[in-house]
Amino acid sequence: MAESIRVDHAAHHDDHHGAHHGGHEMSFTEKYVFPLDHKMIAMQYMFTGMFMALIGGFFAYAFRWQIAFPGTEAPLWGQVSPAEYNSLVTNHGSIMIFWVAMPVLIAAFGNYLIPLMIGADDMVFPKINRLSYQIFLISAIVILSSFFVEGGAFGGAWTAYPPLSTKAEYSLTPLGSTLWITAVALEFVAFLLGGINFITTAMNSRAPGMKMWDIPMVVWMIVIASILFMLSVGPLLAGGIMMIFDQNLGTAFFNPDKGGDPILWQHLFWFFGHPEVYVVLLPAVGIVAEIITVFGRKKLFGYKTVLYTAIGTGVLSFTVWAHHQFIAGIDPRMANVFTVTTLLISVPIAEMMFVYIATLYGGSITLSTPMLWALSFIFEFLIGGITGIFLGASGNDIFMHDTYFVLAHFHYTFYPIAIIGTYAGFTYWFPKMFGRMMNEKLGKLHFWLTIIPFNTIFLPLFVLGAAGHHRRIFDYRNFPELSHPWMWDLQALATYSLIVMLLAQIIFFYNVITSWISGPKAPKNPWNANTFEWTATSPPPHGNWPEGLPTCYRGPYEYSHPDRKGSDFWPQNEPG
Amino acid sequence: MSSRPIATTRSAAGMPTPRLAVWWLIASEIVIFGGVLGSYIMHRLAHGIWADYAANTNPWIGAFNTFVLLSSSLSAVLAHQAAERGDGKRAANLLYLTTLGGVVFLCVKAFEWTTEISHGMTISANTFWSFYYTAAGIHAAHVIAGGIIMLFVAQTAKRNEELHRVEIIGIYWHFVDLVWIFLFPLLYIAK
Repeated sequence: MAESIRVDHAAHHDDHHGAHHGGHEMSFTEKYVFPLDHKMIAMQYMFTGMFMALIGGFFAYAFRWQIAFPGTEAPLWGQVSPAEYNSLVTNHGSIMIFWVAMPVLIAAFGNYLIPLMIGADDMVFPKINRLSYQIFLISAIVILSSFFVEGGAFGGAWTAYPPLSTKAEYSLTPLGSTLWITAVALEFVAFLLGGINFITTAMNSRAPGMKMWDIPMVVWMIVIASILFMLSVGPLLAGGIMMIFDQNLGTAFFNPDKGGDPILWQHLFWFFGHPEVYVVLLPAVGIVAEIITVFGRKKLFGYKTVLYTAIGTGVLSFTVWAHHQFIAGIDPRMANVFTVTTLLISVPIAEMMFVYIATLYGGSITLSTPMLWALSFIFEFLIGGITGIFLGASGNDIFMHDTYFVLAHFHYTFYPIAIIGTYAGFTYWFPKMFGRMMNEKLGKLHFWLTIIPFNTIFLPLFVLGAAGHHRRIFDYRNFPELSHPWMWDLQALATYSLIVMLLAQIIFFYNVITSWISGPKAPKNPWNANTFEWTATSPPPHGNWPEGLPTCYRGPYEYSHPDRKGSDFWPQNEPG
Repeated sequence: MSSRPIATTRSAAGMPTPRLAVWWLIASEIVIFGGVLGSYIMHRLAHGIWADYAANTNPWIGAFNTFVLLSSSLSAVLAHQAAERGDGKRAANLLYLTTLGGVVFLCVKAFEWTTEISHGMTISANTFWSFYYTAAGIHAAHVIAGGIIMLFVAQTAKRNEELHRVEIIGIYWHFVDLVWIFLFPLLYIAK
C-alpha cells in the first residue's frame, strides 16, 4: 500500500506543477524576504554571513590594536577596556565560526549548489529550508543584542569553559552569558534542520542516471559535513541546555562545589568542537576540487580516494577531541591515546592534498581569480595542518598551550577554510549567481592584498608563540620581563597587516557591486565546466531548468578526455 | 503557492523522502539524548550516593507512565495501518487517541513533579535531581512537540489527504517512546 500512497503523492505534484513554474508573479516579500527558492535562501545565508564577517573582522581590529598599542585609543572604537577586550575576543571567535564559516560554507553553498549540481529543481523541504534561515537569523540577532545588555557581551572565550561561563560573579556578564549560549543553541537547531534537508535532497533527488560516483565532490563534502555536524552537535546542544540551567536555575552540572564537573563541559564542547573543524573544512575542500579540475582542465586524480579520505577524516574526527584538554587534568595515559589519534588524522588530510597536487600536475592551468584562491587554499592550509602536528603531540602541547602558536595554527586552518574557501567559491560561482562576470583585475588585486597580509599577520604570531607569548594577556606592558622590543615589533606588524587586509576587502565589495550592476553578461557556461549548474541560465530561474531537468550520463570531471573530439570538456548532461 | 518541487517526487535512495528525513532527524535526536544520558551515567557511576537520591523517585508512577506511552504507540501503529488501507477517518481518530496518551503521560508527570518539588526535591537540590528534571524535561518537550504535530497530521488525514504523514509521525512517536524506555530504568529503577 505504500506504493499507492507514493502515486497519490506524485499525482498531487502534477496538479500543482503548472502553478510552480507558471506565470504566477511573486510579491517582493515572497521572493526576497520569505523565499522558498533554494537559491534565494542561499543568498540570504551568504549575505548574512558576510555581514557578520565584517563585524567579526572589526572586532579583531579593535582587540589587535589593544594588543599592539596598549593604552592608546583604537580609531573608530576608542580605548579597549579589559572587559571589552574579553568580549571582543570571545565574540570574534564565536561569530567567525558559527555565524560566518557555518552559514557561508555549509548553508549558502550547500543551498545554492546541491539542487543545481544534482539536477533538481529545489530542495526537498523548501519550507524547512526557509525556517532554518529564519532561526539562524534570530540567533544572529541574539548574539549581536548581547552587546547592548547590562554587563555587556559574554567574555569567557568561544569555548565557554565553566565556571567562568556559568557563574555571573566571575564573568560579570549575567545576561551576556545566557544570550551567548542561547544564540549558539539556536544556531545549532538551524543547521540541524538545514543538514537534514541537504542530506535527504542529495540522497533522494539526484537526476536520473546520477550514480554515487557521478556526484560532484563539493556536494559529497557538504553532505558528509552535514552528517558529521548532526552526529557531533547533539551532546553540546544538551550541554547548552545544562549550561543555561546552571546559569539561571541554580543547577550544578558543571559546578564542583555541588557535585558537578567542569571537565564534563569541556568533553561535551570538544566532542563537537573538533568534528566542527572538519564540518567547515570539507565543503572548502570540495569547492577547491571543483575549481582545480576546471582551471587545470584535468580529471580529479583519485575521485574515490578523496571521498574515502573525507569519510575517514570524519570517522577519526570523533576520536581526537581531548587533545584540546591536555592540560585540563585528564589522565596522561589518555593523553597518549589522543596524541596518536590526532597524528593519525593528518594522514587522510595529507592524502587529500596529495591528490590535489597530482590533479594539478601536468594540467593546463589558468591562473584566474578562483584558481588563485584555490591554489592558495592548498598552500596555506598545509601550513595550518603541519603546525597541528606540533600541537597534537601532548608533550609539546603542554609548552605551547594557550600561546600565540596555537592561535596562529588554528587561524592557518580556519582562515583558508572560511575566508579563502569562500572567496574561491564565490568568485567561481559569481557568474551563475548573478549573471555577470567579475572584474579579473580587481579580483587578483584583492587576492594579493588579502593573502600577503594574512601571512604577515600570522607568521609573526608563530614566532611569538614559540617564544612563549601568552594569547590571553590583555596588556603585556604589565609583564616587561616577558616582552622584548622585538616582540612588540612583531605584534605591531601583525596589527598593521590586519588593517591592510581589512581595507583590501573594500576592493572585493566594490568589485561585487560594480560587477553585479554593470559587469559583462555571463554566458551559461563561462568556465567550460562539466557540472549541471552550468547548463542552466545565469542566474537560473525559480525551478532552475524550466525546460526540463537534466539527465546524467557521466562523472563530473571528464576534462581533456581522449574519446571526446573537438572540446576539452564533456558536460554531465550530454548523451553519448 | 502550495506547489511541490519535482525534487520531492524522486527517490534515488529507494526510500520515500519524508521517511528518510525522519530517520535522519531521529539520528540527530539520538545524539542529543546520548549526550544527556551519557553524562548522567558517567556521574552516576562516579557517585554511589545518587542511589539514595534515586530511591525517592516513584517507580510505580514511572511504570504507569511507561504503560501509557507504550499503549499510545500501539494506537500509532493502528493509525498507520488504517492510513495504508486509505481509511483516513479511522487513522485520524487513532492519532487523537495517541495524542490523548501523550496528554495523560504529561498530566501524570505534572502530578509527580509537583509532589517531588513540594518535598524539596527541586532541580537545584543536587546534581541527581538536576539530571532527573533535565533529561525527563527534554523528553517531555518532545512529547509535547510530537502531540502538537500529530494533531495537525490528524487534521489532514481526516480529509484523506497526505496519508503518508501518519507513518512519519508514528516513527517519531515510537522514538519518543524508546527514549522513555531508556529514561525509566536509568532514573527510576536503578538503585
